[in-house]
Amino acid sequence: MAFINYSTREINCKIVYYGPGLCGKTTNLQFIYRSTAPEQKGKLISLATETERTLFFDFLPLALGDIKGFRVRFHLYTVPGQVFYAASRKLILKGVDGVVFVADSQIERMDANIESMEDLKINLAEYGFELEKLPFTIQYNKRDLPNIVPVSEMNRVLNPDNVPWYEAVATEGKGVFETLKDVGKQVLKELKKNY
Amino acid sequence: MSEIIMYEEEFRRIDDELKKLYQLSNAKLVFLVDKNGQLIASAGDTHNIDTTALASLTAGNIAATGGIAKLLGQKEFSILFHEGEKDNIHISLIANRVILVVVFDQRTSLGLVRLRVKKSSQELEKIFIELDRKAQAEKKNRPETSPFAEITDEDIDRLFG
Repeated sequence: MAFINYSTREINCKIVYYGPGLCGKTTNLQFIYRSTAPEQKGKLISLATETERTLFFDFLPLALGDIKGFRVRFHLYTVPGQVFYAASRKLILKGVDGVVFVADSQIERMDANIESMEDLKINLAEYGFELEKLPFTIQYNKRDLPNIVPVSEMNRVLNPDNVPWYEAVATEGKGVFETLKDVGKQVLKELKKNY
Repeated sequence: MSEIIMYEEEFRRIDDELKKLYQLSNAKLVFLVDKNGQLIASAGDTHNIDTTALASLTAGNIAATGGIAKLLGQKEFSILFHEGEKDNIHISLIANRVILVVVFDQRTSLGLVRLRVKKSSQELEKIFIELDRKAQAEKKNRPETSPFAEITDEDIDRLFG
């Protein structure tokens, strides 16, 4: 749910990084945080366990610049990927404007990817959203690892609607900003369509 | 997507109401957040506080508590209170859509804060009803009044460099 403030001339949008446990959602946000200028970003908040697994969410506010005199801000959130945090995961999706699905490219994680994608659709439906109608980008992460599924196969299984997708190595930052830009553009274009 | 839209006049009224609450409750800081974690307005000393992060965490807090309420078969816990060593925080839900947060210390009391919050909540609720009405009406008049009508795809591309 974008927040448009005519008084302060700001547009705030919410983007959620979704995906199975350990797929690299937090790593995406950490890279974005490290690579942006201090004046563009707020604090990166991580509600994590002692072993650095996301417990509730990570949060990073990002100011991109101005459009027609409006300051455009994105609030980036990750969900906790582990299966048993289902209830928390759903809460984060409330009011989402755009979704990034981070898929783990390793062969043994394909089942977890599929399960997480299904979980995403179910949770969105509970808020009355359809994934097909939301700004949505898929990231195939960990492309540097040896035991990975070919992109064509990942697309076949996870991306039947052929939404924009990017290969990534989030630990090195490869594909991270490409993914963010893509979903960000989709969100603003959707906003333009509705207003 | 259903957006929250804030106009100049309502923003000023909200700002005034928060300032009033800040003064009358003798609080340290008062702020208003939407349920998705966006900061709407604040009053008091915000210089050393990251209000954006505070807003996001408050909304997370309300969301988690709401989740707990549901599990217990409650509709919602509309008031939360956290007691700290020096500072305390009073969080309340207004019209089930925005969150009013008051940070206060021993210079005031929980009783006074609750009383003033109750009064301000009624005023704020009225403003948000007005805001909804206005946003609905404006929506019908678009695209003339909308700044988005003028935004081109090139503008969007340029923003992302």
